[in-house]
Amino acid sequence: MDPECSRLLPALCAVLADPRQPVADDTCLEKLLDWFTTVTEAGSSLLLLQENPCLVELLFRVLKSQDLSSRILSFSLRLAGIFAAQEDCFQYLQQGELLPMLFGEVGPLGGAAWTAPAVRSGWIQGLRTLAQHPSALRFLAACGAVDTIFSLQGDSSLFVASAAGQLLVHILDLAMRGPAEGRCSPQACDWPACAQKIVCHIEDSLCSIATPQVTQALNVLTTVFGHCHGLWTQGLWVRLSPLVARLLEKDPVPASHSLVDLLLSVARSSVPSSDRGLWETLAQTLSHLSPTQAGPLALGILKLQDCPQALRTQAFGVLLQPLACVLEAAAQAPGPPGLLGGAAGDPMTVDVLLCSKSACVGLLCCALTHLGLLQPLPQRPSPWPQAPLLGAAVTVLRLCSGSVAPTSDVGGRLCAILVGCGRVQRAALDFLGALSQGAGPQESVMQVFSVLLEYLMSPESSSMVLKKAFQATLRWLLSSPKTPGCCDLDPRTQLFLRELLPVLQKRLCSPCWEVRDSGLEFLTQMTRHWGGQAGFRQALLASEVPELTKQLLQDPESYVRASAVTATGQLSSWGLLAAPASPERPGAQQKSLLVELLHVLCADSEGFPRRAVMQVFTEWLRDGHADVAEDPERFVARVLQAASRDQDWEVRAQGLELALVFLGRLLGPRGSHCPCAVALPEAAPPGTLAQALPEAAPPGTLAQALQVLCRVQLFEFAFRALFDCDRPVAQKSCDLLLFLRAKAAPCGSPQEAGDSPNVASVEATLQRWQAGEQGQPLGYLEPGAVMAVLRSIDLEGLRDTLAESSDHVEKSPRSLLQDMLAAVGVLGENEADCY
Amino acid sequence: MKLYCLSGHPTLPCNVLKFKSTTVMLDCGLDMTSTLNFLPLPLVQSPRLSNLPGWSLKDGNAFLDKELKECSGHVFVDSVPEFCLPETELIDLSTVDVILISNYHCMMALPYITEHTGFTGTVYATEPTVQIGRLLMEELVNFIERVPKAQSASLWKNKDIQRLLPSPLKDAVEVSTWRRCYTMQEVNSALSKIQLVGYSQKIELFGAVQVTPLSSGYALGSSNWIIQSHYEKVSYVSGSSLLTTHPQPMDQASLKNSDVLILTGLTQIPTANPDGMVGEFCSNLALTVRNGGNVLVPCYPSGVIYDLLECLYQYIDSAGLSSIPFYFISPVANSSLEFSQIFAEWLCHNKQTKVYLPEPPFPHAELIQTNKLKHYPSIHGDFSNDFRQPCVVFTGHPSLRFGDVVHFMELWGKSSLNTVIFTEPDFSYLEALAPYQPLAMKCIYCPIDTRLNFIQVSKLLKEVQPLHVVCPEQYTQPPPAQSHRMNLMIDCQPPAMSYRRAEVLALPFKRRYEKIEIMPEVGQGSF
Repeated sequence: MDPECSRLLPALCAVLADPRQPVADDTCLEKLLDWFTTVTEAGSSLLLLQENPCLVELLFRVLKSQDLSSRILSFSLRLAGIFAAQEDCFQYLQQGELLPMLFGEVGPLGGAAWTAPAVRSGWIQGLRTLAQHPSALRFLAACGAVDTIFSLQGDSSLFVASAAGQLLVHILDLAMRGPAEGRCSPQACDWPACAQKIVCHIEDSLCSIATPQVTQALNVLTTVFGHCHGLWTQGLWVRLSPLVARLLEKDPVPASHSLVDLLLSVARSSVPSSDRGLWETLAQTLSHLSPTQAGPLALGILKLQDCPQALRTQAFGVLLQPLACVLEAAAQAPGPPGLLGGAAGDPMTVDVLLCSKSACVGLLCCALTHLGLLQPLPQRPSPWPQAPLLGAAVTVLRLCSGSVAPTSDVGGRLCAILVGCGRVQRAALDFLGALSQGAGPQESVMQVFSVLLEYLMSPESSSMVLKKAFQATLRWLLSSPKTPGCCDLDPRTQLFLRELLPVLQKRLCSPCWEVRDSGLEFLTQMTRHWGGQAGFRQALLASEVPELTKQLLQDPESYVRASAVTATGQLSSWGLLAAPASPERPGAQQKSLLVELLHVLCADSEGFPRRAVMQVFTEWLRDGHADVAEDPERFVARVLQAASRDQDWEVRAQGLELALVFLGRLLGPRGSHCPCAVALPEAAPPGTLAQALPEAAPPGTLAQALQVLCRVQLFEFAFRALFDCDRPVAQKSCDLLLFLRAKAAPCGSPQEAGDSPNVASVEATLQRWQAGEQGQPLGYLEPGAVMAVLRSIDLEGLRDTLAESSDHVEKSPRSLLQDMLAAVGVLGENEADCY
Repeated sequence: MKLYCLSGHPTLPCNVLKFKSTTVMLDCGLDMTSTLNFLPLPLVQSPRLSNLPGWSLKDGNAFLDKELKECSGHVFVDSVPEFCLPETELIDLSTVDVILISNYHCMMALPYITEHTGFTGTVYATEPTVQIGRLLMEELVNFIERVPKAQSASLWKNKDIQRLLPSPLKDAVEVSTWRRCYTMQEVNSALSKIQLVGYSQKIELFGAVQVTPLSSGYALGSSNWIIQSHYEKVSYVSGSSLLTTHPQPMDQASLKNSDVLILTGLTQIPTANPDGMVGEFCSNLALTVRNGGNVLVPCYPSGVIYDLLECLYQYIDSAGLSSIPFYFISPVANSSLEFSQIFAEWLCHNKQTKVYLPEPPFPHAELIQTNKLKHYPSIHGDFSNDFRQPCVVFTGHPSLRFGDVVHFMELWGKSSLNTVIFTEPDFSYLEALAPYQPLAMKCIYCPIDTRLNFIQVSKLLKEVQPLHVVCPEQYTQPPPAQSHRMNLMIDCQPPAMSYRRAEVLALPFKRRYEKIEIMPEVGQGSF
């Protein structure tokens, strides 16, 4: 321990044990405990206590004090636990009878303080930390702690109750780890007394008629099979499984959620390798639980790596049931039995679907979500009924929109329940999107596109439903098969696009900003993937979508403006924005997008659009956008000038990213040591910047490159950013300058300017900047002076300093102790850190 | 206790309740859908309409060709439009003691009742209902009177001839009772019989019955009515809304514990959510205008137009439409816009608080101030000087048979750049458009009906728990076009009693108590 901390510790202990002193806040106490944990992990607790007797004294004083706050008492219990986790220290504390006084019946357990949940929680956590060795087990048995833990399982505080369950598992594991380890006999006589006691308690709880007790037992067992991996767990399951199976005989099955959790936990453990009966229990459970309760179990079973095929089939059937019922109910004519691979709608599921709106919605949403989660997994059931599932998702969506007219009574009632239900619509659209990963028969795919279009067009679709519809549509569009031998979109997709774009057009005019935003995001994604496809280009250019998108740069909602910036940037990259010169007004020059975006960057009052502009500009520079390639130097100069003045640190950071791309273009990409090496994307739009700038400047051209960088005032921007009050900006600038220095180092200095007055003035300005006086400009810099300054700054040192968290000084233990003492006036005010 | 059902239109009701020796008429709505059978009345000579061919029978007999004209396969009566009145024969209307009006749309037949049936009673309505009702009537009379039509067609009404006509003329009901529009004199006389009432005001009728208007949340001054005696309570719910629009919210609590709840005036478009429709309206409007097209919104001069203007007020800047002129053309446009700002006590809470700031409750005042919204009595006069395209025009009549809207349909109908957006749900837009075919302009149907839908009704009935519900027969089964939508009907226990036009219902009251007064002399004699 730091000697200074040792010096401060007695005073702190005195403060903590003094009920008249204001109690330090919880955060400080937690930090203090963290620190003691670190100290005891690094060395001997016994030594710590011997060198700092004030700690033991604190524990004694806490016990004697009558009116101490519950937080200090809780803290002391946890502190004692930390010390007693080492067996020799445990013995040391035992000699002083301190531990029974803290954790036994004579301690807080019997007093008024016990009514505070914080004290009960501290008691449990203290014991949890303490219970690391056989002596602790004996202590627990001797002081009757296990019985108290049993009672705390039903504590009114959920935190306490949960911690009590976990402590029981920990004690059981500790007990079984010792002499019983390696034995999996279910016979209780082989097990340590402490373990026997806990298992008997679990058995009693499982047989209880009170559901909360059953739940507690099931939760404890779930934790056991999830966290304990000894062979004994197999024996435990053999012993308890009959009791668990007996729960299934009750109607309704008690604590079904916890039961499902337990069975899945056991199925994922090593038990199945020794007990094949588990699969039978799982099968029974699937058939006993209601469709809603069985869903999570079915999903869990299907996610298991190794499980009998029959059980998988049964579980898959459970998940398919609700959709099978929907398909059957909505069928216009009686179809073949078992629409979903043999899973015909059973009466029980139909009853749940029709009993109430909430039950119906809950069951359908769960089924759709579970199947959607299963779809991308390698262990999903095979064969996967893609076509019927597509049909079911489409039918659910049509029932929700009221566009299907079922003839059956069940269908009519389902329609009445589901019509306009946004929750089911969202779940079904998500599921439909997930299904895009698989193929489907032509007819089904047509239906999918048709229902998606219906939702995108419908005035009844809420903004969230529309967002999901756009997402699903994008997924289906992007998964459309390519026409063999042709790189363009297939005719069906093109036909769909022609219907889709007018809808998108209308959505971009929606009075609801969320809808406009979703529409723009959809357009951006579509353009990103299809910008080069002739069919898409043709359809888009024939529509008013590009023009509308440009108008949305003036949208009153900043999120929409940001999305419009990204979308127009993407459209422009692919040459999809420039409108042909108007024949009526040949002289009228259309304002270029570059100018408009620069205006957004300089004038927009919100950060999101400005950040979006910087991202677009960075992409444009990286991809060689034609507007940028005309005069990249001027472009970079204007952008950096605007970014350097921006109040938003993300804009400034993005400015440095753009500067880095520019450097890469001038001097070649960063080496492997650099985490964000510049790489051209595969589908880069055509541009001419690559020709305008050399990929990597040969050493001879370094001087010219530096001249360019000086002209665009990149150095002024980077140097300013180096002392930016926002650390990420300073870090990025540091990286950039280090990269530049590394690039220039092998070439030597272009001009020897180390002692020139220019260098001295720059260094002086930088020092003032570092001191916070950022008003003075650097003025025009000579490349030689820049290189000299770069060599003179300790960039590596700066990088290391920046890498440390901003409170690395303030969060030291010494600082913590000082602060806690200062808070109660023991130390002078100026000795405390301000944080 | 009987209910005489004089109207078959569920949202334009006219019923008579005989209750405790009083005869109370509940609303007198005027079914104007009959006008869809007539040719439009153009404000400016329309060569297209003038040159439509006369209709002749299959055998070539052309004796009706002066009365009936054919347009794109549809046959229309070339005459002054006529309206289908409520039943006048089912009950002697001179015996009606009082007429209770629930909202300004449900009083349009009032002059026919008060001026031509020997009615001598009193009409009760709130002030906004009367003022706006007067505007609607004035507009109607103006629309029809300013295009005088010499010809009056009556031959086609002959029953033997009518059955030879094509649909929908063939199927039109009780055409012999159809009447021309009333005059302003009749309107004034009818309105003079109205006594103004305030919400929750209790009005005694002959000491036997008490009637009370309650806020119904649908329109400015719209009311539901409680009609009660000492031991019986009848609630009359007509045109109510639970949505937060401009009127005062609906008073549901006072409807509790009714013996009978008469339920009329539910939404005519139960599948369309008003919010979605407003969104659709704005999107289509913006798309058209951005393309250089004009937008025509056929509408009434009061009601939903206030909400639409408020939405547009918030929307036009975001959609970049600030420079687009909005025109509101109606003989009563000015009065309607001004009236809406002065009935503060009848408005929702948010709008009421604005008055104390002081600010106008509706933002259309600002639109007018900034010249974004201009209003004119008709297309003649100042409007023709100010008219600038592309623009958005709000004008009547929603039936497209009379009013300035006819001119704009003729003017803009040929260009696909223009759009007509239907927001009023009272008329089938396809039937309204029939005499304008072939039509190039785009047609968008965004019916905005804020009245109760079936889900809301179901919740309302659970809340107020009436013993019996009485409603038009249309509400007791799903709409014919959506027979599978079991949620589009009233579902209550015991099942609702339904009525249809010209039917008399005996209301299921069980009289258990009656308050009587015994003269002391009788008492002395008895005991």
